[in-house]
Amino acid sequence: MAPRISRLPRRPALDWKDIGFRALLPALAVLAALLIGAVMLVLLKANPFAAYAAMIGGALGDVSGLTQSLVKATPLLLVGLGIVIAFRASVINIGGEGQIIVGALMSTWFSLTFRDWPGWLLIPATMLSGFVAGAVWGFIPGILKARLGVNEILSTVMMNAIGLQLMNSLLRGPLMDPEAVANRTFLAQSARLPEQVWLPRLVPQTLLHSGALIALVLAVLAYVFLWRTTIGYRIRAVGLNPDASRYAGIRVPIYQALALTLAGGFAGLAGVVEVIGVHHRLLEGITSGYGFSGIVAALFGSLHPIGAIPASFLFGSLLVGADKMQRAVQVPSALVDTLLGIVVLFVVGSSLWSRRRAARRVSVTAESEEAGA
Amino acid sequence: MSDIFSLPVVIGILTSAIRLATPYLYAAIGEAFAQTSGVVNLGVDGIMLVGAYSAFFVALNTGNLWLGMLAAMVVGLLMGLLMSLISVTLKAEQGISGIGLHLFGLGLSSLLFKVTIGTVKTIVGFQPVKLPLLGDIPIIGEIFFQHSLPVYGAFLLVPLAWWVMEKTTWGLKIKSVGQNPAAADSLGVSVNRVRYFSVCLGGVLAGVAGASLSIALLNLFQENLTAGQGFIAVALVYFGGWKPLGIMAGALLFSTVNAFQLWMQVLGVKIPSDIAVMLPYLLTIAALAVTVNRARQPAALNKPFERGES
Repeated sequence: MAPRISRLPRRPALDWKDIGFRALLPALAVLAALLIGAVMLVLLKANPFAAYAAMIGGALGDVSGLTQSLVKATPLLLVGLGIVIAFRASVINIGGEGQIIVGALMSTWFSLTFRDWPGWLLIPATMLSGFVAGAVWGFIPGILKARLGVNEILSTVMMNAIGLQLMNSLLRGPLMDPEAVANRTFLAQSARLPEQVWLPRLVPQTLLHSGALIALVLAVLAYVFLWRTTIGYRIRAVGLNPDASRYAGIRVPIYQALALTLAGGFAGLAGVVEVIGVHHRLLEGITSGYGFSGIVAALFGSLHPIGAIPASFLFGSLLVGADKMQRAVQVPSALVDTLLGIVVLFVVGSSLWSRRRAARRVSVTAESEEAGA
Repeated sequence: MSDIFSLPVVIGILTSAIRLATPYLYAAIGEAFAQTSGVVNLGVDGIMLVGAYSAFFVALNTGNLWLGMLAAMVVGLLMGLLMSLISVTLKAEQGISGIGLHLFGLGLSSLLFKVTIGTVKTIVGFQPVKLPLLGDIPIIGEIFFQHSLPVYGAFLLVPLAWWVMEKTTWGLKIKSVGQNPAAADSLGVSVNRVRYFSVCLGGVLAGVAGASLSIALLNLFQENLTAGQGFIAVALVYFGGWKPLGIMAGALLFSTVNAFQLWMQVLGVKIPSDIAVMLPYLLTIAALAVTVNRARQPAALNKPFERGES
């Protein structure tokens, strides 16, 4: 007799053992990377204990370090959320850098152009403009993939280069600070943005701005979107099993393009908060490599919007700590960039074990259910 | 405007185009081997960077350019081994592995540069060698036959790679492993060994590509010297349909546009140069959109192989 579905399966309770295991691997990866870092520090004739003490103390030890870590975690989280959404639809967004740039460019232009608007209107409108610009930068590779099958990894890399050149030429042309032109310094940066568009500071005398809160709220929204809405469900279905999704009538390419568009929008927002939250103008090097390190943060947070929160904070503080370490023990902060790469390699390298474990658990669960039936 | 298209300028553009194609050729042909065996290595840019650094560092300290080249090859091999370990043995997601490798190479080359060299220095790199007879042909000789040895090497690699791919058992094995690993495995071909070999070969060639930048074309090293050229090389593999000749066509197209915009800047043609800088990338996207042909893609590309899985 065919089994009858009498009731929908209950949502399983939170499996703390599983969550613990999933957090364990990344933690081990960081630990291993730090160990390799210690060896490198010894080779560089620096005391690894002093270096790591300077790093941790500098990033977490006082209000200044802590707030700086949060400031750096904010764009990482925003980029990371986009990466998570894209990854759930099994598209890889390498275009974070370019999307950050166009988001920053658009928000700079927008807030300078509509500088007479009041803050309550200008701030959300500026953020929206940056989101849309980033989304367009994600949509182009998305639609190219959906319609023509262009590999998104390559097209997003090209879009990065185009975005960078666009910013370079605009900062040396129409967007250049009129003051820099007047006093003939010709610094490649924009004019200072009107004060009402600056994001309010959360802690006085620090750089910590309300963009951090916005990012947190968006992380929760991204979770709700992916797990509690139909579109989010389809995005995940596409990523989990494109063939089954196709049979179920989901238009796989469209949802992948949508995921890339959203990813671009989130990265664009990261560009916005850097401009209106931190620098209050557009500068060269606005991305600080967040487009790539955001991938690390997303991956590290198990590709889950909520997991991305602690992961971004961890990497934000690593970046701040790297600067402090550079000053304290004269070791280039590039050491930490190297360690970021090693962390990624360890995390993806160890995924084999988590996959095997997952497969084992599925078969065990199936057996126990059969036994119970 | 008329002097832009004068003969010396046209010769200059074409000569630069041949030169500039060099790193793309090495890196993209290496990547073609890796991809034909089924592994996408996105870390090419990172390998190029450590290769460029190693070659420059060794050449700077020993004065021997060939030792520098050798160092780049060894370092490229090591990076290739690392990529194989993660993507073949540990079966990790290849796209992310490659990004990790890129971040690692970018960080490591910057770190070592700051610690061991410090400031941007230049060296005397490989000098142009005028080929006898051929080099004396007017115009053609100037464009094609007055380059340094690594440039000639890159163009010799094209027929060589074609021969290995199409006419040798190894080439057949690489292709079979990329098309149908399970079938290759059942015939006694070690899928993992062939993939290790291909990815490592790609690593060595990416190392050479980096060295060609730092000790033959630019003759200096600075942080992020490649500025994403490794990613373009990966794009060229798709563009060229995994065929050495197609890759060469793509590399030349790309380098010609690039040389053109460089000369525009040199000549001070102001307004179009902003757009011209973006041109190579726009062109690559357009080319990818036009040339995509999924049928030609190695069937097992981006798929780790596990026995017993079909």
